[in-house]
Amino acid sequence: MTDQTKKTVMLVDDDFDLLNQLKLQFGSAGFNVISADSQEEAETLLKTIKPDLVVSDLMMENIDGGFSLSYYIKKKYPTVPVIIITGVTREIGLKFTTNNEEGRKWIKADAILNKPIKFEDLMKEVNKYL
Amino acid sequence: MYNLKVLIVDDELGMRNGIQRVLEGFRMKLPDVDDEIIFQIRTAETGAEAISMIDNERPDLILLDYKLPDITGLEVLEQIDTTDETTLTIMITAYASLETAVSAIKSGAFDFLSKPFTPEELRTKVSKAAQSIILAKHVKKLNEEKRQVRFQFISVLGHELKAPLGAVEGYLYMLNDRTLGNELGSYDECVQRCLVRTEQMRKLIIDLLEMTKIESGNRQRELTEIDLTEVANMSIETVLPEALKRKITIETHFDSPVMILADRTEMEIIMNNLVSNSVKYNRDNGRVEIDIKRTEDRIEASVKDTGIGMTKEESAKLFQEFVRIKNKKTKEILGTGLGLSTVRKIAKLYDGDVTVESEPDVGSTFHLNLKSHKPIE
Repeated sequence: MTDQTKKTVMLVDDDFDLLNQLKLQFGSAGFNVISADSQEEAETLLKTIKPDLVVSDLMMENIDGGFSLSYYIKKKYPTVPVIIITGVTREIGLKFTTNNEEGRKWIKADAILNKPIKFEDLMKEVNKYL
Repeated sequence: MYNLKVLIVDDELGMRNGIQRVLEGFRMKLPDVDDEIIFQIRTAETGAEAISMIDNERPDLILLDYKLPDITGLEVLEQIDTTDETTLTIMITAYASLETAVSAIKSGAFDFLSKPFTPEELRTKVSKAAQSIILAKHVKKLNEEKRQVRFQFISVLGHELKAPLGAVEGYLYMLNDRTLGNELGSYDECVQRCLVRTEQMRKLIIDLLEMTKIESGNRQRELTEIDLTEVANMSIETVLPEALKRKITIETHFDSPVMILADRTEMEIIMNNLVSNSVKYNRDNGRVEIDIKRTEDRIEASVKDTGIGMTKEESAKLFQEFVRIKNKKTKEILGTGLGLSTVRKIAKLYDGDVTVESEPDVGSTFHLNLKSHKPIE
């Protein structure tokens, strides 16, 4: 049962535990939570559900699944905010940002945050869009 | 066709042309190289010209006259990097004195040739150098490939080690910040998951250590005559509690005993991996059948399960390091992606291999084939 007064957040991560942590945290922060562990599953769910916000991992079964997923979301629901969280910067030094023209041109997500991220920081970002 | 780049450095036109003619007509064949070797010639008249040409494009072989109009051949040698074994120099000396030859070799020349020489002598010296150059190039290429593989391995390993650490860290932060409230019971799942992930990390480290032992070759291998069915029975004993819990039956067909001259630890690693996989990836109420038999001079073993199976694409990458088949069915099963790659590495040590036949939702059969060395009399 979804509570109509609560906001619905969709969480996407292919690591069972990182997804689980997001689920527990968003749940205890008073959200309706729907979750997917792959880009594919997320896209299937999005066919019937329109969340208020999506938080997705970047690197999933496809190398940049998070980017393709946000592209898919923005085409279907242009107003749904998408936040991507990634460990890629720390791991290989690739930096992505939506803070400049260049980044916004091809990254369809609203924000990109680096892992590890404290839940309060993630919430601050989430609240900007809700 | 294999092009060997040669630079002839001599101030005498006749000498340059003579060497060029001999080498251009020379077709060389090496036992280890499939292609024919041909010589691609450039020439220089002075030491300075030679150095600038070498800086520009490094030749494979330099035929260097000792006596040049500007500087000596030795001085040329001093100015080029002679530590690179893919460029060799043959010093050509007019005075067949031992002293010049020795000083040339000391300065980094590979060989020397004393004037006058016959075309046959030239070809012999050049062949010897060419052989050495091609070998050095080959070794260099292999080392580069090895470095690449190593680098890839380390970056994947880093990722595989960091993932469980990140997961545990995440739960600890939740506990620390009391994200789920002050009731300790709310955190039961977090603690459980931390234990699962640390267990996985420990397994990864153990598998990694086993693999390094096999790979480094430093481990003292002790070949003794052992009964492979006994090793298999021990592996079965280890997985029995798990099998009983999930009502998986394990059948063995052994023409007991099957003796093999092998290292016990290596055989244990193989059997433990194959047997535990057959239970881990099985369905509840499933079945495992293990066969071990001896043919003429080989040992054949198979481990068959009625588990989740794999597609052809998945089977194809199964034996690579860190490859774990990731799908809904394997999500809850702990694995490191190193076990089967180690099994294959060991099998290769016994002039054998491990292969898999599999069908999704029907099961997998792993075939192990090892050469059994004759027992020492």
